[in-house]
Amino acid sequence: MKSHNLTSPDIGQPQVFRLYVTGSTPQSSRAINNIKTICETYLKDRHTLIVIDLYSDKFGAEADQIVVTPTLVRHSPLPKRRMIGDLSDTARVLSTLGIGHSQTVSSHET
Amino acid sequence: MKKSKAKIQMKALQKSSTGIRGLDEITGGGLPTGRPTLICGGTGCGKTLLAMEFLLHGASEFGEPGVFMAFEETAEELTQNVMALGFDLTNLVARKQLRLDYVRIDRSELEETGEYDLEGLFVRLGHAIDSIKAKRVVLDTIEGLFAGLPSQAIVRAEIRRLFRWLKERKVTVIMTGERGEGMLTRYGLEEYVSDCVITLDHRVMDQVTTRRMRIVKYRGTTHGTNEYPFLIDQDGISVWPITSVQLRHEASRERIPSGIARLDAMLGGQGYYRGNSILMSGTAGTGKTSVAATFADATCRRGEKCLYFSFEESPSQIMRNMESIGLKLDQWEKKGRLQFHTVRAFYYGLEMHLAQMIKAISEFEPDVVIVDPISGLESTGNTLEVKAAIMRLMDFLKMKGITALLTDLTVGSNAPETSNSDVTSLVDTWLVLRDLELNGERNRGLHVLKSRGMANSNQVREFILSDNGVQLKDVYIGPNGMLTGSARVAEESRDRAQQVSRHEDVERQQLALERKRTAIEAQIMALRAEFCAEEATTLRIINQEQQHKESLVFAEEEMGRSRQHDAVKQVEGVAHKIGMKVRNQ
Repeated sequence: MKSHNLTSPDIGQPQVFRLYVTGSTPQSSRAINNIKTICETYLKDRHTLIVIDLYSDKFGAEADQIVVTPTLVRHSPLPKRRMIGDLSDTARVLSTLGIGHSQTVSSHET
Repeated sequence: MKKSKAKIQMKALQKSSTGIRGLDEITGGGLPTGRPTLICGGTGCGKTLLAMEFLLHGASEFGEPGVFMAFEETAEELTQNVMALGFDLTNLVARKQLRLDYVRIDRSELEETGEYDLEGLFVRLGHAIDSIKAKRVVLDTIEGLFAGLPSQAIVRAEIRRLFRWLKERKVTVIMTGERGEGMLTRYGLEEYVSDCVITLDHRVMDQVTTRRMRIVKYRGTTHGTNEYPFLIDQDGISVWPITSVQLRHEASRERIPSGIARLDAMLGGQGYYRGNSILMSGTAGTGKTSVAATFADATCRRGEKCLYFSFEESPSQIMRNMESIGLKLDQWEKKGRLQFHTVRAFYYGLEMHLAQMIKAISEFEPDVVIVDPISGLESTGNTLEVKAAIMRLMDFLKMKGITALLTDLTVGSNAPETSNSDVTSLVDTWLVLRDLELNGERNRGLHVLKSRGMANSNQVREFILSDNGVQLKDVYIGPNGMLTGSARVAEESRDRAQQVSRHEDVERQQLALERKRTAIEAQIMALRAEFCAEEATTLRIINQEQQHKESLVFAEEEMGRSRQHDAVKQVEGVAHKIGMKVRNQ
C-alpha cells in the first residue's frame, strides 16, 4: 500500500492540504489564490484545504515545522509534501503533487 | 559626579551575566543586554554548550527565562547533553523557565514554488518568547537556514530583518556560527552582528589540545583582548583568566613553619613568610617530594588547607611513600584539609594546566599550594611560555595570599644552582637540595640559596630521611670540608668517644684530689695529736717549775726569817732567776 502510494499517488483519494500564511501579505494572498485555483482545476471535490494564519494560530508553526511562509503541506496522501513560496510556479506545484497532464487524462479514463 | 557618570554608562550599555565562571570577568559583566552576540568556532569547540549555559544560568540564577531554538539537535538530544552537567532541562521547561524549539529544515523535502519569507520563523520565535516571557534567546545555529533554504538572497535579507526584530523585542541573543574559510563564520554571519563577537577555538599543538576563547569585538565596552583558555568539564564551561598582572599584593609578615624545625632555624628561626613563593630545586632523588610533603603535613597539622599538584605520582603513591618517613597524609585527606590533583603533564597544554590549577585553587581555597614538580610543565610549552605561565600562577597565588612551594627537578649537567624553569628570580625563597659526594657516598644536603626579607643560614646542611621524617643533621667540618654520611657518623662517634674519655679523666682527677684531701687531713690530725702531746708535756714542766720555784721562795723566806736578813732584796733575786729558766725552755 505504502509503496503504491510512493510511486503513484492514487488520484481518486482526496488530497488534504494545509496552507500556512501570515496575515494578508501579498504573498499570502497570492498563495491562497494559487492553491485554490489549482485545487479547483485539478482536484475538484477531491481535496480538503485548510488555510492557517499563523498570526492567529501560533501553535501551528511548531507542530508542522513551519519556518517559511507561505508553506503548503500536503498531509494526505503520503508521502508528505512541502512547498514553499506563493505557489505561482504551477508546473512545479503539479509535479510535486504528482498531478501531471497525463495523470489528469488517465484519471478521466478511469 | 562619579555616580552620574556611572549612571550614564549603565544606560549606555547594560550587560547580562552569563553565569559562566570567568566569562563575565573578561567581558566586564556579561553579554550586551538586548543585543545579539555571535559565538563562532569550529566543530566541537563548545558553542552550543556555552549558549545553553547562558540560558540555563539565566533561567535558574537571574530569573531570565530563555528560548533555545535549535537547528541541529532535537530537544531530546539537547536535554540529554546537558543532563551530564547536572542541569534538568525538563524541569526548567515544565516551570516555563526554558523553551526548546527544534527547527527542522530538510532541503530535499522542500519545493520552491515562488516568493516566500521567514515570517513563519518569526511567528514561531515570537510565540516562544511570549509564552514564557523570555529575556534570552539562543539560535543554534542559524546557518541551518542557509543550508536548508534554496534562496540565499532571501535568507540574508530575512536574517537581517530577524536581528532588527529581536533588538526591538529587547531580548539578549546568542547565535552560534561555524567557522568558515578566511571568515569568522561560513556564511558571514558576523556582518549581521555588530555588537559582540566571541570566538572559541580548539587548537591542537604538539598533539595536545587547548580550548581558547577570545572576544573579537565588543562594541561600547572595554574587554579582555587576550586568548583565554577555558575548560569544559563536569561543571560545564569555565574560563580562568589571570587578569591581574600588577605587583600589588599585600606582603604578609606572618611566618609559617616548614615542618622541619631545624630548617625553620635556618630561615631566621621562624620558617617561610606566608604568601611567599618557595622554590625547591634539586636533582633526582634529593628528597624534594619528602620536604614538600613535610610542609604539607605541617600545614594540615596547623588546621590549614593544602592543595598538592603532582605531575609525577598518584596520590596513593605519594601517601604510601611518605608513610615510610612517618608522614600519614591520608588522615589529612580524609579530613578534607589536603587535596591532591594529579595529572600527567602531557595530557594538556600549558594553558589548560594553568586554567585547571587556577580552577582547583579557586574552588578549594587552600592556604598552601604545592606543585611537584613545576618542571613537569616544561614539557608543555617553550621556556618563555612556561616562565610566563608560572609567573601568572605565582602572581595569582600571591594575590590570594597563598604560600606556594614549587619543586623543580634539575637535570643532567646543570649545576644545582640552576633551575630549568628559569623562575628563580620570581621566587622569594630558594632552597637547593643537592647530592653531597664524599668517600664514595652520596648524601643529601640542603641549603638556603636565597630568602628574601629574612636572615638565613649560609650553611649546607646534611639531611636524612628517617622514620620520623626529614631531619637536618649537625654540621661537621673536617679538614676536607663538610662531612656527610658515614664520615659524619664516624666523626660523631669519635666525638662521643672523646667526650667519654674526657669525662673519665675528670672523674679520675676528682678522685685523686679526694684522696689527697683525705691524706692531708690525716697528716693534719697526726700533727695535731703530736702537738697536743708536746703541749701537755710542756705544761706539766712549767707547772713543776712553778711549784719548785714557790717551794724555793718559801724555803728562802724560812731561812731568812730564821737568820733575820733583809727580806725584800733576797726575794727579788730569786724571782729573776726563775723567770730566766722558764723563758729558756
